[in-house]
Amino acid sequence: MSASLMAEIWVFALAVFVGFEVISKVPVVLHTPLMSGTNAIHGIVMLGGVLVLASAHGPALTTLGFLAVVLGAMNLFGGFVVTDRMLEMFKAKKQKPLPAKKP
Amino acid sequence: MKFVFEFLYLLAAVLFIVGLKFLSSPAHARRGNTTAALGMLVATLTLLASMMVNPESGPPHNLGLIVTAIAIGAVAGAVGARRVAMTDMPQMVAILNGCGGGSAALISTAEFLHLSTARAGADTMFGTIIGSISFSGSVVAFAKLQGLVSEKAINSPIQKAVNALLFLGLLGLIGMLGFSGGGAPAFYALLGVSLAFGVLMVMPIGGADMPVVISLLNSFTGLAVAATGFVLHNNALIISGTLVGASGTLLTMLMCKAMNRSLANVLFAGFGATTTAGAAGGVAGGAAKNYREVSVDDAAVLLANIQNLIIVPGYGMAVAQAQHTVRELADLLAKKGVDVKYAIHPVAGRMPGHMNVLLAEANVPYDQLFDLDQINPDFERADVALVIGANDVVNPAARSDKASPIYGMPILDADKAQHVIVIKRSMNPGFAGIDNQLYYEPRTSMLFGDAKGAVSKLVEAVKTL
Repeated sequence: MSASLMAEIWVFALAVFVGFEVISKVPVVLHTPLMSGTNAIHGIVMLGGVLVLASAHGPALTTLGFLAVVLGAMNLFGGFVVTDRMLEMFKAKKQKPLPAKKP
Repeated sequence: MKFVFEFLYLLAAVLFIVGLKFLSSPAHARRGNTTAALGMLVATLTLLASMMVNPESGPPHNLGLIVTAIAIGAVAGAVGARRVAMTDMPQMVAILNGCGGGSAALISTAEFLHLSTARAGADTMFGTIIGSISFSGSVVAFAKLQGLVSEKAINSPIQKAVNALLFLGLLGLIGMLGFSGGGAPAFYALLGVSLAFGVLMVMPIGGADMPVVISLLNSFTGLAVAATGFVLHNNALIISGTLVGASGTLLTMLMCKAMNRSLANVLFAGFGATTTAGAAGGVAGGAAKNYREVSVDDAAVLLANIQNLIIVPGYGMAVAQAQHTVRELADLLAKKGVDVKYAIHPVAGRMPGHMNVLLAEANVPYDQLFDLDQINPDFERADVALVIGANDVVNPAARSDKASPIYGMPILDADKAQHVIVIKRSMNPGFAGIDNQLYYEPRTSMLFGDAKGAVSKLVEAVKTL
């Protein structure tokens, strides 16, 4: 096992804990934006597609890379835009209704 | 130079984590999303810059293609995201998730072809398998949510046998590619079997279980992306993928807990597949019991003269698009001095938190939205619980009746309110075909009608008071 692989495993293991720690704090109200937001974050896979496409020779690899980038970009941009649209709607109460209780 | 790029990737990862951290409060959540998007910009620019100055592998190919591909994906994704209706959010998330999974599978495939070896590494296989399952599973989930495929649960022994065979085949192919070296044919077989497995995994699952499926697929795509990070030796991908994997896993666990079922039960038991038999039994049982009906005017008078109202919205309300009308009613009642709260069950909707988004869209302030643990103690003090289009999540059988299929599921204690008004089309049992004792309680009144029609009549009646 190479040193770089071991370092990657360290990164992975620590990210698991950070992920659970940060996400367990997200309130139930925001679970849908959380899901679409994390969805956007895994849109980073687009960069993997770019790496493939940048080193691709021949039609097969070029096609695979191209499709990977298109799908990744859809995931990335779609995810962030839709999350922003949702979060824009979450507003606090502007003023409390007067507590004019009936007898 | 490499050091600088590594540092910038770390910055991107930190921005993702900080962004997620901001999501822990509705007041900062939007800034969190922007922060994460900024992280993505940093990561993308870093990658492009590192490709430009990397002398070892020479100048990058296909720069034009890269820009074109990003532009196509960006426009398609952004336009789709702008247009989608909030009710269709589960489909949207499913399809975006499928894109990510598909992308990860394509990258792993490309890496395998690129190396052109007989054997495949664990990371490449993992990325291919999980990415493919996530892709085809998400497409099926999308089709089910969109109504292109029946939402009904399927419970067939043949389908289970096929699944088991596919799973064994998958293990065999993994062994072959990992140890003896099966080459390209084995790899394509692995790809095909994984795709088929994704389809067959999601196909039998009923619509009401979609919150679990979507969360699970989300976590799968995250892990597939993390695997891609191992394949490409990129820490930013590993960290982002893992964060998403953790988030999806956590949400999957929460959703299972909210239904008091194990993940295996959701995936393999075909819950709700017995709808027809259950429904027939429920109707027969219902006819024998007594329930009280209430007129719109009486209900309006009652609602206008109380202090504490808890509204329990269910998926039926969302299907009827009644959320705006419900908010109108709540506003009218608030003007009359009624304190209105919303009680939201974790699985009210087709994905985690879906109901909250729908109500937020209807301008319900988020400080009126309460989840199960927060609101349950308040029902005893509530004058009226108004149940709109919800059924199983307020069924007291989940607390008391050990024979009930939903026994043990955490429910909203609507039956503890002084009065309960249930807006429902008819006495037919709900999606899972389970009869609801709540409807026959002496303090429960039934207001028949579809959610939107009945609530707008209530609005009119309250206005004339």
